[in-house]
Amino acid sequence: MTSQPVHFYQVGSFAVGNRLLADDQRTVQSNPNRANSIDSGHRACQGCGEALGARYALDAAMRSCDGQIVAVNATGCLEVFSTPYPETSWRIPWLHSLFGNAPAVATGVAAALRVKGRDDVRVVGQAGDGGTVDIGFGCLSGMFERNDDVLFICYDNEGYMNTGVQRSAATPPAARTATTDVVGPEPGNVFGQGKDLPRLAMAHDIPYVATATVADLHDLERKVERAMAMRGARYLHVLVPCPLGWGSASNETILLARLAQETGLFPVFEAEDGVVTNATLIRRRVPVQDYLARQRRYAHLFGSHPRPDVVERIQAMADRNIERYGLLDASDQQVSV
Amino acid sequence: MEIPFAITLDVGTSRSNHTGSWRVERPVYVDRMPPCNDACPAGENIQGWLYHAESGNYRRAWEKLVEENPMPAIMGRICFHPCETACNRVQVDEAVGINAVERFLGDLAIEKRWSLPIPGSDTGKRVLVVGAGPAGLSASYHLRRLGHQVKLVDSASQLGGMMRYGIPAYRLPRAVLDAEIARIVAQGIEVELNHVVHDVERERVEGKFDAVFLAVGAQLGKRVNIPAGDSSRVIDAVTFLHQVADDDPPLLGRRVVVYGGGDTAFDAARTARRLGATDAVIVYRRNRERMGASGEELEQALGEGVTVRWLSTVNRFEGEKMVLEKMALNAEGFPESTGEFEELGADALVLALGQDTDLSLLDKAPGVNIANGVVSVEQSMMAAPNGIFAGGDAVPAERTATVAVGHGKRAAHGIDDFVMGREPGVKDRHGLATFDRLNTWYYADAPRQNRPELERIRRQSTFDEVIGGLDEDNALFEARRCLSCGNCFECDNCFGVCPDNAVRKLGIGERYEFDYDFCKGCGICVTECPCGAIEMVPEKI
Amino acid sequence: MLRQIEGSRAIAETVALCRPEVVCAYPISPQTHIIEAIGAMVKAGTLAPCEFINVESEFAAMSVAIGASATGARSYTATASQGLLYMIEAVYNAAGLGLPIVMTLANRAIGAPINIWNDHSDAMAVRDAGWIQFFAETNQEAADLHVQAFRLAEELSVPVMVCMDGFILTHAVERVDILDQATVDSLLPPYEPRQVLDPADPVSIGAMVGPEAFEEVRYLAHLRQLDALVRIPAIAEQFAHVTGRASGGLVNSYRTDDAETVIVALGSVLGTIKDAVDIRRELGERVGVVGITCFRPFPAHAVREALRSASQIVVLEKAFSVGFGGVLSTDVAMSMHGEQHVLRSVIAGLGGRPITRRSLEALIAEAVRGDLPALTFLDLDHGAVDRERTRMAGTRRSGPSAENLLRDRGPVGAAAPRTES
Repeated sequence: MTSQPVHFYQVGSFAVGNRLLADDQRTVQSNPNRANSIDSGHRACQGCGEALGARYALDAAMRSCDGQIVAVNATGCLEVFSTPYPETSWRIPWLHSLFGNAPAVATGVAAALRVKGRDDVRVVGQAGDGGTVDIGFGCLSGMFERNDDVLFICYDNEGYMNTGVQRSAATPPAARTATTDVVGPEPGNVFGQGKDLPRLAMAHDIPYVATATVADLHDLERKVERAMAMRGARYLHVLVPCPLGWGSASNETILLARLAQETGLFPVFEAEDGVVTNATLIRRRVPVQDYLARQRRYAHLFGSHPRPDVVERIQAMADRNIERYGLLDASDQQVSV
Repeated sequence: MEIPFAITLDVGTSRSNHTGSWRVERPVYVDRMPPCNDACPAGENIQGWLYHAESGNYRRAWEKLVEENPMPAIMGRICFHPCETACNRVQVDEAVGINAVERFLGDLAIEKRWSLPIPGSDTGKRVLVVGAGPAGLSASYHLRRLGHQVKLVDSASQLGGMMRYGIPAYRLPRAVLDAEIARIVAQGIEVELNHVVHDVERERVEGKFDAVFLAVGAQLGKRVNIPAGDSSRVIDAVTFLHQVADDDPPLLGRRVVVYGGGDTAFDAARTARRLGATDAVIVYRRNRERMGASGEELEQALGEGVTVRWLSTVNRFEGEKMVLEKMALNAEGFPESTGEFEELGADALVLALGQDTDLSLLDKAPGVNIANGVVSVEQSMMAAPNGIFAGGDAVPAERTATVAVGHGKRAAHGIDDFVMGREPGVKDRHGLATFDRLNTWYYADAPRQNRPELERIRRQSTFDEVIGGLDEDNALFEARRCLSCGNCFECDNCFGVCPDNAVRKLGIGERYEFDYDFCKGCGICVTECPCGAIEMVPEKI
Repeated sequence: MLRQIEGSRAIAETVALCRPEVVCAYPISPQTHIIEAIGAMVKAGTLAPCEFINVESEFAAMSVAIGASATGARSYTATASQGLLYMIEAVYNAAGLGLPIVMTLANRAIGAPINIWNDHSDAMAVRDAGWIQFFAETNQEAADLHVQAFRLAEELSVPVMVCMDGFILTHAVERVDILDQATVDSLLPPYEPRQVLDPADPVSIGAMVGPEAFEEVRYLAHLRQLDALVRIPAIAEQFAHVTGRASGGLVNSYRTDDAETVIVALGSVLGTIKDAVDIRRELGERVGVVGITCFRPFPAHAVREALRSASQIVVLEKAFSVGFGGVLSTDVAMSMHGEQHVLRSVIAGLGGRPITRRSLEALIAEAVRGDLPALTFLDLDHGAVDRERTRMAGTRRSGPSAENLLRDRGPVGAAAPRTES
């Protein structure tokens, strides 16, 4: 079933809230009594997409289960900026163990709750892309395979930002990181590598897999709620731009997430039991350079020695996503890109 | 629970870390001038009243509207709506149908018999308003709101000025006109009709008025010297339309030529059609792009069977034969003679070549400066230091009812300052809410809802209103297409998108405030504000 | 109830009596029989309520235990050898977070060369992780120690590892008295966590602690271990009172009253040593034995008291710190600081090499004679070592030593004969 957009002709369909919308049509984030699962005073960089994405997702999860949440967190930016002794930003029960074990720890929490008959308390595991697609993948795959009752959320900022912007298996081709420097004949990260975690998750035939971005709050919250309505292993992959690692302006975090979706580079979709059930259509398609050129990690593709050939390859990736997930409304006119 | 040292922490502790100290720029909420408001000659707060209409609170919307303009049902029909031309939504899809919503509100107010706001407490000051057209009525209304006594005089037998005598009923039904005028008069205005003011200074002194507002309009149709035979029927459009309005239409025959390219020419031609003319031909010396009338008016006229001879002048009118000369535009766009002529059968010629103002009533008024047939006025609309103010078609400005309404309001405030012995106040205007400040992503795609038009056959024979009104659904939809440029409409975006939860939501109608203890100054709220109502300012060192 | 039972089975049944709520494990020899048995009990419903999680690695096993324990569930796992090393990051983490997980370690050597047989290299590799480490001498003690381990762990919020020799104990069938449920319940009250993930009282567990408090956190952990040195004998005493059986404690001494030479050791080898001591005693040699049941925290005071009267201490251990010597020896030496003792280290039984009574007797005789060098490798095949050293000196690409040694010995054990090319 595809989602039914809220038809509210001023901004209700896209903005966080609106004074005129019925309460049940507003986002969790519009509620002044939202959980604020992650509180003010955290030490995330200005314009941090992950801080935003975590609050979006967890607040939605909190609403969907009446505040009965336990969160498990992998090591990474989110953990470091939220809980430096003696201050924590978390308003929910929260556990950090290690970098690579968050899915397994979450399994343990879920097992403990089940054995104690606390079906009302739900478990959310969360990690960055490194903790998900790289070091945590073994545990994640195990959690998926056992279909443990955990919603696992990856906040994907496409690199190891906490340690100083190194490459992960989620770093896109051509992107500059500290370990894929812009030197040599093919500067930046190489093409043809990396893991497509949402599809790997789908291959486990778990009940629910979805992608989302911090640019589409309604979509993200709906997916969290959908996930929380299910039991078993569920996976949500949220794109969270990182001003530090991407070399973007701190005010453009949401804009970049939107462009990632609207270019087709980050397909937004959901799948149940291993089958794609819904893809969020591109609303205003843009060529990839509109997205790339706003980020210093791609600066080597433009500037004095531009690499239109590389931009073209990235465009081809976007085009392939668009085709794979059917991201364009069939009735739409093809926009030249 | 008694928690282990350091590795386990209590909730809420991070709030002692005031990350606001990181900030080098701070976001601040601003109100910007929406382009519609900026463009409105009547000075309406369009965005402001649409805001209430969006919520379905039409009463509040109407009240907000009539704070500036007491005649929304009239303006919702005859205004040429520069607001829609300026509307930022043009760059997204189509302009918001402001005029249609205004009419909806105006009609609803008439239907529901809503009252204008109670006049201000009595100042004891008396003001004479000469002319009961849009400027005079507007001034009278605003003067009453300011607590001044008003005497409104007009030479005609009914109130309304050009709204009644210049604009045909199919564009402005008389019931609507009467209703809105009656509502203004009911504010406690002393009215004297059929009163021609010959010497305004004498009336001011004898009537012990503290000020006078002249809104005498431009009632004299311009004449040009066209050779015409004695039997040829020639009439100016102002007279023609006035006679029709008085229910005493002249007999023009079946073939009527109207000379001119402004709205009045089209009004005259369309009126002639309705009076039975089989041929109603507009002769205009320039081309379509350069005509004064609006495109809407042209389309409606053509739809009613009016024809137009572009690039033509009336050379002479002999009996039933009219000779036209073809024109060509020169490099500067001015029409020039070509020496080519053609003939046209015609029973009457209506001249719609503009209007003049009769300012003889000012002959004995000291200190009044008249230039090019109109009265010079200051910003406050003051024409002479002894308290004579002027507005509408009698002063240098675009001659439209909406401009006149704006003049009336401005003059009322100028008169208020004058009679109360205050220096004229200078109003700060907000910076313009330009399109580039908007984030249009957040506005849903919503095509404009157009008003229904009367079927053609009825438009050729009756004075029934041509353009219908929006129903409530459409009006609400249209109101909600407003982008609220430059003014917060409480979409909660700033509240939602802040990664630091540094925005406080103050409740409906109360907007938001920043929590500068935690705001890091990232600026996401500014970028994601749909309407551009937040801006970053540097922190003070 | 006294039963003839495999060690692993005895552990499984005793752990089940402890009412674990979450059990997770990844199979590794020689731990497998323990978790197989518990898994079967959970699946059959005889152990309930309990969640048995088949995880994908030891790293996940300890991580699941961490999550479960932090959520207030009594959590248990078991591993060995490589498995312990694979989970080592989580082993440290569990201790750092103060989570009272109990884990059985079926002691096994660490590769390479890969070797599934018993020694103590695995336990020694995590001695600094912050866990309490018990070493069981017999399967009876191993079973009993698990009850005491849960009690101690939960009392102090410290994880406890019960070490038992792989195969030698885990796979040995012998008489074990399995306690009844009422007895275990009387010894082990329900788990009341010091901290728990609870939506009604949310806390953040696992903060990032910088230089300003890290040392204090570590010192507090140290103090908890020192507390354990008091609690362990008390719990053992209570256990003895309830069951009538002496199990656990810090150290146990055997024939040390007049002993001049005392052998110190961990685990099941103590039995063989005691047999050898009995024989040497008959020959008039004044030898005794001190077994260390609690290796971490190291009971320095108890060890010192137990060894005070001896003039020579021989530490026999199944692990060593390559490039230096005995691990336990170092701890004993530290404990005896200031005393005038001769201290000898004997490395024995690595990778499952049998420690025979005969070898031990010879060792004791040598020690009594005063001929034992500072560091001895019991039953070391010097010839094999020399041959390999010669080979290595003679040719650069001499190949892997383990393979070479096996080839020299001929077809034994798992090694297939290879033709010399």
